[in-house]
Amino acid sequence: MLFHTTGRRLGAAAAIAVTIALVASGCSGSSDPKSTDGASSGDSDLSITFLPKNLGNPYFDTSSKGGKAAVEELKGTFAEVGPSEAAPDSQVSYIQTAAQQGVSALVISANDPTAIGSALKEAMDAGTKVVTFDSDTDPQYRDLFVNQADAEGIAKVQVDMISDQIGDEGEIAILSAAANATNQNAWIELMKKDLEANHPNIKLVETVYGDDDDQMSFDKTAALLQTYPNLKGIVAPTTVGIASAARYLSTSDKKGKVAITGLGTPNQMRDYVEDGTVTEFALWNPEDLGYLAAFAGAALVDGTITGKEGDTFTAGKLGEFTVGADNTVLLGDPFKFNKDNIADFDF
Amino acid sequence: MTTIWASAKANSRTKTYKDYAKPLWQRTLMTTESAVILGLILVVAYASIAVNNFASDITLYYLLRDITPILIIALPMTLIILTGDIDLSVASILALSSVTFGMMVQGGWPVPLAIIGTLVVGLVCGAINGFLVTVVGLPSLAVTIGTMAAFRGIAQGLLGTTAITTFPEEWTNLTSMKIGSTGIPVLSILVLVLIIVFAVIMHFTPFGRGIFAIGLSKEAAEFSGVNVQRTKMILFLLAGLLSALAGIYLTLKTSTARAENGTGLELTVIAAVLLGGVSIFGGKGAMHGVIAGVFLIGTIESALRLANVTSDVSRIIVGTLLVLSVISPSILAWIRGRRRPASTPGTQTQAFLAKS
Amino acid sequence: MTSTAQLTRDPAPLPPATPGPNPVARAIAAVFKRRETSIIIAILVVIAAATIVNDQFLVSKDGFRNLLLNPSIYILLSVGVAMVIITRSVDLSVSSTLGLTAYLTGRLFIDFPGIPIVAVFIAGIIAGGLLGLVNGALVAYARVPAMVITLGTMYAYRGINVAWAGSNRINPQDMPKEFTSLGTAQILSIPVLTIIAVVVVILLAWYMKNTRGGREFYALGSDPEAAQLYGLNVVKRNLIAFVLCGALAGLAGVLYAARYGTIDSAAGYGVELTAIGGAVIGGVAISGGVGTLWGAAFGAILLLTIKSALPVLGVQDFWQQAVVGVLIIGAIVLDRVLALRQHKKLITTKGASS
Repeated sequence: MLFHTTGRRLGAAAAIAVTIALVASGCSGSSDPKSTDGASSGDSDLSITFLPKNLGNPYFDTSSKGGKAAVEELKGTFAEVGPSEAAPDSQVSYIQTAAQQGVSALVISANDPTAIGSALKEAMDAGTKVVTFDSDTDPQYRDLFVNQADAEGIAKVQVDMISDQIGDEGEIAILSAAANATNQNAWIELMKKDLEANHPNIKLVETVYGDDDDQMSFDKTAALLQTYPNLKGIVAPTTVGIASAARYLSTSDKKGKVAITGLGTPNQMRDYVEDGTVTEFALWNPEDLGYLAAFAGAALVDGTITGKEGDTFTAGKLGEFTVGADNTVLLGDPFKFNKDNIADFDF
Repeated sequence: MTTIWASAKANSRTKTYKDYAKPLWQRTLMTTESAVILGLILVVAYASIAVNNFASDITLYYLLRDITPILIIALPMTLIILTGDIDLSVASILALSSVTFGMMVQGGWPVPLAIIGTLVVGLVCGAINGFLVTVVGLPSLAVTIGTMAAFRGIAQGLLGTTAITTFPEEWTNLTSMKIGSTGIPVLSILVLVLIIVFAVIMHFTPFGRGIFAIGLSKEAAEFSGVNVQRTKMILFLLAGLLSALAGIYLTLKTSTARAENGTGLELTVIAAVLLGGVSIFGGKGAMHGVIAGVFLIGTIESALRLANVTSDVSRIIVGTLLVLSVISPSILAWIRGRRRPASTPGTQTQAFLAKS
Repeated sequence: MTSTAQLTRDPAPLPPATPGPNPVARAIAAVFKRRETSIIIAILVVIAAATIVNDQFLVSKDGFRNLLLNPSIYILLSVGVAMVIITRSVDLSVSSTLGLTAYLTGRLFIDFPGIPIVAVFIAGIIAGGLLGLVNGALVAYARVPAMVITLGTMYAYRGINVAWAGSNRINPQDMPKEFTSLGTAQILSIPVLTIIAVVVVILLAWYMKNTRGGREFYALGSDPEAAQLYGLNVVKRNLIAFVLCGALAGLAGVLYAARYGTIDSAAGYGVELTAIGGAVIGGVAISGGVGTLWGAAFGAILLLTIKSALPVLGVQDFWQQAVVGVLIIGAIVLDRVLALRQHKKLITTKGASS
């Protein structure tokens, strides 16, 4: 019994020694590619942290690339952190950390309009400027929202594409991201209105959620095609969803019989456009979006703008922007990609 | 580490127990629990020096808020592991509670009523575990693997992948309120009360002594008058109740009710309890060690986050710590060339599975 | 050690309550007594119900293919976990092993262009086996419950996976077409993945049933002390069980990469519950020493068939995990009831014969 307890004691001591070693190695050698994604230290005090919905998402990899370029132009310090899954509250701990580190601006694409609200408020109280981009929170939780395109424009372009591709009649379904995603839900609402008003022969049979998870979106597509044998089209207003849906369809016997469109990135969709699975899809340039968001954050930090309507600032190579209603800056119109132009893009 | 303080006089006569006993200071200070507390102090000291922005009251504030659910669940988990059982379903009970709480609030229940309703849900979950373990006589590991899937599955079925994110602000603010100008959240007082209650139950009541007795030998405990079935039932009920409480806390803190809440929390809780010196075979442990264990893991995660190391690296660390704290006694015994009383992995696992 | 008759239940057949008048009736009774039979019937019921609601479920080319394809990866996991459970341990880390080997598969194709597909399969199996060896060594040498060890390694392996993969994801375009097409390829309308899974189960089930080594797993799980006293090499058996379980999870990881094509650091997250659930539902008792690999395989097929059938039946597939949990609990309660009944029966027959 005596050695037994001694053993436990020493064991604990050993475990603790290892702990300290692990923590030390963790804290000193940030060999982790996820966290300090090319952190560039500038000589100014400007530090901007990008917090996408989730890491490992090509769309956000591209927007962060634009953000990083902008911060480097401004001679600031850039960092990108984020959760591995796009859950409503998964960003909270990263917002807290940014507040603790006292970064000058936090540029975030919100997974939920309210769940991260209190954490963002605490960050603003601690003196961090908060810019949302791509997906907004409730207005009181941020200083500025950088909008990729207005919701009406995005909804309209998708409805137009699907009705073109299926001859303006038949059953369609929507494959969305997370059921809580602010931007997707807003677009879906507008799409439904547009369909009711202008496309009476198109019937929306179901909206399913793939959670921006590749496997889940893939399985949901399989289930949709199985459950609705007469389905003529799927609209996926999310880059992960459209790629998974196209990948399932390209190996299915429904290929060519069911249209898939929505929002996608050229690199993920290239093969499917070339092999005829997909005719046309739309998006904006996420790199420009990140670039603009970073400049907007910097303008807030140095006091060029306060976020109220009518303020103007210059965003490097993109030129001058004006803050619109609801503290919002608009990037521009969505862009359609198809066989003829997809080769010109690489993101 | 045997102590050699037997004097010459002692050698001249037959030795008594007293000659072998360790002095009081050694018995109180040289324990696993003290080692964990020392480790905690070292980690805090190291992080304060090496990690920017760590040494600030905002760190303490966030740390206390982050570890609250872990602390709450670690209390009943400690007692369950002391009896030689395990409960893997706590995080799933938390998720189900979170979802039911969210649905009640969304359905227009006043928050206090929804809290009571949710605690009842937690008790029911605990009762199901307890019933299957005590009345049906199934191994707790098998039962709680099943209920781990079932409870979270029900939570997913109820909410799917949606989340409920609108809660009355006066209630969500309650989780972020600080005591005066200190960096200590108001709700830490509630947690402190719970800790004291559980420490008293564990160390200063017959019921608590019964728990230790069951862990050391179920049969012996039966013969000495401990009601094993009833004790285990109460512990699983407590685990359900406090997991529900943690679920309510987490829901209000993040103002998010969803089925994925608390994913993986059971690992953190079990790791903290074992790291705090509670034996996986039951019958040995102390409350202050567990609390230190929870703080140690929380501090490591907080320091890593501040150093911009992702939470996933802390997973490696927590997983490794869990394995180390379980196998270290065996390794050290082996190094000393002493085998523990012959046993096989099978018999050890029987600690969980033994059922007459 | 056991008869080679195909219809005996492991480890020992129950004497039929009322011996049939002729061998045919007895054989039929024996078939219906077996857990595998009831699981197969359950699978057929689920398929029939879904097909009645929507004949696309079975009749369409995709429906039939998916019905066979979806369970194949889980069959491997369930069978691997079943081997460990038979030796009275458990392995929660299979999901993380699958994730790591799936990512490894993708990396091999990217870092070594032109690498033969067979080599990738072997690498995945070996990597999985090594991860299993770590589990096995910790459990066998430190003599601590496998549950805690594998809970720890489940998170540690997943963490390693995330640290290695970072935010990279592997896309189907990164892997050769011959490999990704394996995921949906069919031979005589049977998917290749299914064929691989079935061949593995046949080999391992034969080994467990008919070889001395295989029977030692059951001996160890039934009564570890007796096995030790009898002179079985307990450490070796434990190691082999965990290594095989890891290797199967590794193979499952390679197949996952072929099937889904896109792999990120969260691949396979949470599948351990379905894997263990499949084994337990298939009659592998968590207290060790009982069950067959076929049972585990059919258990996995049942769970996956239910998952595919739920949306067709108009139930959201979010309920799938709840079904898994309820079935696990039902299975262990059933095993307990059967064990008690057998115990009673043994006592009464003993009393009668003396």
